[in-house]
Amino acid sequence: MTTDWPLWEVFVRSRRGLSHTHAGSLHAPDAAMALRNARDLYTRRGEGVSIWVVPADAVTASSPDEKDPFFEPSADKPYRHPTFYEIPDGVKHL
Amino acid sequence: MTTAPPSVEERDQGPADLQRAFDEAVAAEERIEPRDWMPDAYRATLVRQIAQHAHSEIIGMQPEANWITRAPSLRRKAILIAKVQDEAGHGLYLYSAAETLGVSRDELLDKLHAGRQRYSSIFNYPTLTWADMGAIGWLVDGAAITNQVPLCRCSYGPYARAMVRICKEESFHQRQGYELLLALSRGTEAQHAMAQDAVNRWWWPSLMMFGPPDDESSHSAQSMEWKIKRHSNDELRQRFVDICVPQAESLGLTLPDPDLRWNEERGRHDFGAIDWEEFKQILKGNGPCNEQRITQRRRAHEEGAWVREAAAAYAAKRAARHGAATTHHNHQDEHRAQHAHDGEARG
Repeated sequence: MTTDWPLWEVFVRSRRGLSHTHAGSLHAPDAAMALRNARDLYTRRGEGVSIWVVPADAVTASSPDEKDPFFEPSADKPYRHPTFYEIPDGVKHL
Repeated sequence: MTTAPPSVEERDQGPADLQRAFDEAVAAEERIEPRDWMPDAYRATLVRQIAQHAHSEIIGMQPEANWITRAPSLRRKAILIAKVQDEAGHGLYLYSAAETLGVSRDELLDKLHAGRQRYSSIFNYPTLTWADMGAIGWLVDGAAITNQVPLCRCSYGPYARAMVRICKEESFHQRQGYELLLALSRGTEAQHAMAQDAVNRWWWPSLMMFGPPDDESSHSAQSMEWKIKRHSNDELRQRFVDICVPQAESLGLTLPDPDLRWNEERGRHDFGAIDWEEFKQILKGNGPCNEQRITQRRRAHEEGAWVREAAAAYAAKRAARHGAATTHHNHQDEHRAQHAHDGEARG
């Protein structure tokens, strides 16, 4: 029979001071088992000091296409970058 | 994963635009990600290849698990258990990657069990002696690495990412195998003979792992165009032979091919003809262990059914209880439990 354990997304903090990063996904019946499985699957060689598991269907994604117009508003605002500004040579600490 | 409804632009894009965007992304060495549009044939090719790869990892646990109880020392036993566990992990990374293409894990396992999807033919050979654990690590995992390193640059993102993890771990597999063979080769006369025998049996099947010669490989050209595959079967096979020859010398073992010799002109080794009839017979299911491998896989799956069911039932019961009495207090308990697990994961 098919049990269809839900899919979980796994995030691993590789060491203190760094944020959790998506490592992959796995199936597990509940959160506790998802954590245990994630430990066995993604941290067999000390790759992590902390794990988050999130039900995959709890993730809301921005769009079906990663080049979506959703992100366009940021594309035409180069003045948000420090390199946009011209500063005379010799000016320090700026 | 919940996705927003398609944007206006998405709905307005015709098939030709979508195809062009895909082709441009592949040509520009960008990665294709799960929710991107992709040609049906590209998706089908990836599902077939990743599923076959995942199946190979978990079927590949069997010939090695065969020797866990008979490992000659605690050190070797611990290493072998870790390796077999890695193979399970590799299978799981790959099943996850396949699932991003819209197939379910159960569907893939059902197809494996029904013989409708393949696994690597190499695992249909028996592991007759302890030295086979060395030969598999050195040659079979070595061939796998040669095949898989270019897959880390595969055009499909999730597959490429899985391969990066796998390749890092395969290196341990290959080195432990080499070290094991070296210990035998430098041991007693009988141990040396055992090592040589294992290499004799695994050499040719390892060369077959690269698949049929280029002019007979049905999927190669298209896969190379899609940048799923980066090098031809024959090129990778040649690379593997060139790598293995000096490694065999350092082991003090020979490779069972009278035609194997350095070709000064080509700057590579010439080697003898591969028995493709044997390869075809194994693909057809007539190898020494086809029946045994798939029977054991089915049995493991069936005998594990109660565990999967019990875990699902427990989760459902807990979820129902939690839903019935959701108080602030309960939430705090839950929170603390999460932290306890966090601590465990650290150990």
